[in-house]
Amino acid sequence: MTALPHPAPPPATVPRARRSRRQLTPWLFLAPGLLMFSVYVIIPIFQSIWVSFHDWDGLGAMRWIGLANYSELWWDEAFYTSLKNNIIWLALYLLAVPAGLMIALFLNQTVRGIRIYKSLFFFPFVISQVVVGLIFSWFYAPGFGLFYALIEWVTGTGVALLADERYVTYGIIAAGLWPQIAYCMILYLTGLNAVAPDQIEAARLDGAKGWRMLWHVVLPQLRPATFIAVVVTVIGALRSFDLVSIMTSGGPFGSSRVLSYYMYEQALSEYGYRMGYGAAIAVVLFGIMMIFISGFIWKMWRDEKGA
Amino acid sequence: MVHLRKGLVLAMLLSTAAPAFAQSRVLVFNSNASDPAPKAAFEQLVADFEAENPEIDVQVNTFDHEGYKTAIRNFLTADAPDVVFWFAGNRMRPFVDAGQFMDVSDVWAEHGLTDSLSSTLSAMTIDDKQWGVPFTYYQWGVYMNRDVYAQVGVEPADTWEGFLANCEAFKAAGIDCLTTGSKALWPVAGLFDYLSLRTNGYDWHMQLTNGEIPWTDDSVRAVFAEFEKVLPYVSANHAAIDWQDAVSNLVQGKAANYVMGNFAVASFKDGGMTDDSLGFMSFPTINPDIPRAEEAPTDTLHIPAGAKNPDDAKLFLAFAARPDVQTTLNAALGQLPVNAEATVGDDPFLQAGFEMLSTAEGGIAQFFDRDAPPEMAKAGMEGFQEFMVRPERLDAILDRLERQRQRVYAQ
Repeated sequence: MTALPHPAPPPATVPRARRSRRQLTPWLFLAPGLLMFSVYVIIPIFQSIWVSFHDWDGLGAMRWIGLANYSELWWDEAFYTSLKNNIIWLALYLLAVPAGLMIALFLNQTVRGIRIYKSLFFFPFVISQVVVGLIFSWFYAPGFGLFYALIEWVTGTGVALLADERYVTYGIIAAGLWPQIAYCMILYLTGLNAVAPDQIEAARLDGAKGWRMLWHVVLPQLRPATFIAVVVTVIGALRSFDLVSIMTSGGPFGSSRVLSYYMYEQALSEYGYRMGYGAAIAVVLFGIMMIFISGFIWKMWRDEKGA
Repeated sequence: MVHLRKGLVLAMLLSTAAPAFAQSRVLVFNSNASDPAPKAAFEQLVADFEAENPEIDVQVNTFDHEGYKTAIRNFLTADAPDVVFWFAGNRMRPFVDAGQFMDVSDVWAEHGLTDSLSSTLSAMTIDDKQWGVPFTYYQWGVYMNRDVYAQVGVEPADTWEGFLANCEAFKAAGIDCLTTGSKALWPVAGLFDYLSLRTNGYDWHMQLTNGEIPWTDDSVRAVFAEFEKVLPYVSANHAAIDWQDAVSNLVQGKAANYVMGNFAVASFKDGGMTDDSLGFMSFPTINPDIPRAEEAPTDTLHIPAGAKNPDDAKLFLAFAARPDVQTTLNAALGQLPVNAEATVGDDPFLQAGFEMLSTAEGGIAQFFDRDAPPEMAKAGMEGFQEFMVRPERLDAILDRLERQRQRVYAQ
């Protein structure tokens, strides 16, 4: 800065221009992403909130009704059924994390052809959720389904899982767990590759084995993998939609609905087109997700600051 | 570069010159006929129309049958075709109210359709105007497996007591008296409609679907009381299966009766049933003092308000309303023509349906999801399904439907 050969340009302006250019550059690089993010994520969020205060069928004029959609939600049994199912989903879906860890530990050995076994275990995550839903519907189908036949053979009377309001949600979650476990497994398998062998060796010399080894030596090193596995599983549980849609369409009589499906049903399905009400459900679901997402972001931010 | 520019100029010339050629009038028709038989029937209809009107070029866009129901909302507002397929009754009301369908009362007046299509006049009329032209309908009723009747040794009964007595006999033989697949909900609406039409009559049923009768009313409970009588004889697990799965129950002789629409006949016959083993009758009488009403959903053609070529679209609608055209079209569809001067195909089930509908002095209902507004229809069908699985929850179901009624019709 000091060794400028020409006295001509006023010394104060150049650094300012350069500084502002330096400040501007990152924003220029960010601009396309920010634009996309606001057009497809941020603005629609506020639009949804706006629509949720209206009565609108998607065709005619929007009518302002204030909080009426929310007060209706408050009295809507179907909403509570969906909310309850979402909580069941959330709780049971998290089983995928320990189950994935178990399979990963089991597969984390060097025997002949282990890659084939790993790929086979990973297979359910590769196939489409729609296919998973169809396979499990046939598995549960009364009459010819394998599960139905098995129950019939054991207890004498078959249970049509997807027609029984008591079991239907669990039946769908079981279908959802199948690919989700595979996903958690692959996260842990990559995590296990990064476990330091010298620490295992040291722990072994100190006499650690079995559960103590897993709990005190291996798991702490897998913390990043666990974090990601929990995040994807929680979000996967909250936005579960495809399996419900494929396997039951929310039935029987709406007992397997989850919030995202209920929202779709109210806003976009054949008998729906209550955009405002659907948007109100979406806002509630967004609120629930925000609790988890802010928690995750806060934890990530804290970890990064600590590191 | 020169080539490119030349090509561009040529293309521009062509695009401006094209409308001056013979096939200047383009008519865009969006159809939901994605199944092979209806698709062929519509292709024939369009070919016949083009043969009569060589100056008009009809472009058909065929949508998937289920996807069409949601796609129509997009294309009506975004890029309206000239003719669209839809359904009669309350099912067309949202589009009429939103000003998306064109008033075609002039087509009705000009071609005397109020007489020849009189059976569906009320289903096509909103605010004293007609909003489309019906081209086909089909009856609902009880389809039965005659072999199973013979096996158990009972005769089809035309009264509700007789039907229930037969059910007892079927149950003793380990056969489901009545089968259905309610996974998609709508099949149970047909059952409810008939119980309602037979218990309280057509006018009452229309008042109910118009929201004029509280769902907690005793007259509604009377319908459900009849409904409850047949529940022990309905296929278990119906909530888990689709209507086609219930077809196989009937075909395989696991069930004796099925309340369905005539479109199912093709599936019964694909499964191996013949005109001898498959039987059809009108839903049994519950209250003999009530004039017999039937259910026959009507499919229709409409002109979107944003149509670019409404004049030719009206020609097309008038064409599709003609008796000879409806005769050919419905022979191919395997359904009934709406035009009273058209002839019915010689299929025994069509003949029986035609006979049944033309003598239905009570009236002809559309279907629960076409007579009632969509939101009420959805809540209602869910309620029927829940009642069939958990009859003890009737009070809670009716309370819920009543709340829904007060909300839906208040708007």
